[in-house]
Amino acid sequence: MGVIVEHFPLYAQGFLQTLRICLFSAVGALVLGTILAGFRVSPVPPLRAVGSAWVTVFRNTPLAVVLFAVAFGLPELGVNGSYFYFGVIGLTCYTAAFVCEAVRSGINSVSAGQAEAARAIGLTFSQSLSLIVLPQALRTVVPPLGSVIIAMIKNSAIVGAFGVGGDLFAQGIQLTSAQGYAAAGVLTGVLLGYLLLTIPGGILLGVLERKVAVAR
Amino acid sequence: MTTTSMIRMASVDKHFGELHVLRDINLEVESGQVVVVLGPSGSGKSTLCRTINRLEPIDSGIIEVDGKRLPEEGKALAGLRADVGMVFQSFNLFAHKTILENVTLGPLKVRKVGKAVAEKDGLALLERVGIANQKDKYPAQLSGGQQQRAAIARALAMKPKVMLFDEPTSALDPEMVQEVLDVMTTLAGEGMTMLVVTHEMGFARRAAHRVVFMSDGEIVEDASPETFFSNPTSDRAKDFLGKILTH
Repeated sequence: MGVIVEHFPLYAQGFLQTLRICLFSAVGALVLGTILAGFRVSPVPPLRAVGSAWVTVFRNTPLAVVLFAVAFGLPELGVNGSYFYFGVIGLTCYTAAFVCEAVRSGINSVSAGQAEAARAIGLTFSQSLSLIVLPQALRTVVPPLGSVIIAMIKNSAIVGAFGVGGDLFAQGIQLTSAQGYAAAGVLTGVLLGYLLLTIPGGILLGVLERKVAVAR
Repeated sequence: MTTTSMIRMASVDKHFGELHVLRDINLEVESGQVVVVLGPSGSGKSTLCRTINRLEPIDSGIIEVDGKRLPEEGKALAGLRADVGMVFQSFNLFAHKTILENVTLGPLKVRKVGKAVAEKDGLALLERVGIANQKDKYPAQLSGGQQQRAAIARALAMKPKVMLFDEPTSALDPEMVQEVLDVMTTLAGEGMTMLVVTHEMGFARRAAHRVVFMSDGEIVEDASPETFFSNPTSDRAKDFLGKILTH
């Protein structure tokens, strides 16, 4: 366990790198996933097709394959950037598929009468979605979204292993394989780092859930 | 074609799968008229009401509101719906908004009225339906009758050309029916064009200019309330009235 104290700065760096990957990806995935969910329930068939195709592709592809495709595919298309951004883009696209399905289940939980009343007073589809349906969907969507985001935090380890480097998991690998520390001690430190993200995240979600809960 | 028709339906047909819910419906509602649609459940009267602002699309036929064909889904349809007020059986007030917010949302977001004006008008409407003191509560905190009156105020806030009522009192406890009917009767007296699907015979007698009786997706009778209630011509209407009036 001494390794954690000895190499604390390394762990701290790794923690911050993981936090950065997660913050960018979480914001990206929540925004993109919500838009995709809107596509999936829209009355416009091509938009529905885009939404379904996105979910089918990204939900059924292993994250490592998605990251591989982004990191090697985007430069082929003339898009260049650091591995950090490729990693974030890959994780965002992948997680957005799960966010989309969680949000869509929330949309379906809002009674059809709410959307009908919204349309009846002349709101357009996107207005009724953003002003009436989504705010109410949020209430049922917080717990499953929490699970999606926590899974994403853990998935960020794969991003780190994928050439981005410097995140918690990559630091752990560095300490065990390059510097020869015993895996148990090193990985305990890594685990603590992830728990430091996921547990407060879970508590925050609980608070949020209580805050948005309103009687129907 | 008369130009005073607020609603015109011609040869309208609609199926739900195998079920033929609307059969060759021809109906005109003149401006300022109050038409009550009666009929046994499953006769298609709610569906008829919901086709007029295209909450239910139709298979064939023509529907016009104020001389304009119902547009396809999109901005134009939203514009038409803004002019057609609708009151639902289950109220459908926006659950996450206060009563006043429910009433001001349409004017703010659709009519682009300023907030101060929308709130002033909204309060006046809530005053008119007798629930101004409930303005800051959420729908779930109100009684059914209060919710339905708020829903009527929400529809009126759009200054609609015509109001559709889809069984507005069917989900209410008996003692709350009257307060909603009173609001509707006042509205009818003020010259609002109304199409009301209901089981309230008293309202039909008192406020309607015409009674339309539907059965099995067809309009079977179309008469003044006096004629319909005292002298129904079809067997199906006689049977219906017999059951309703003797229970």
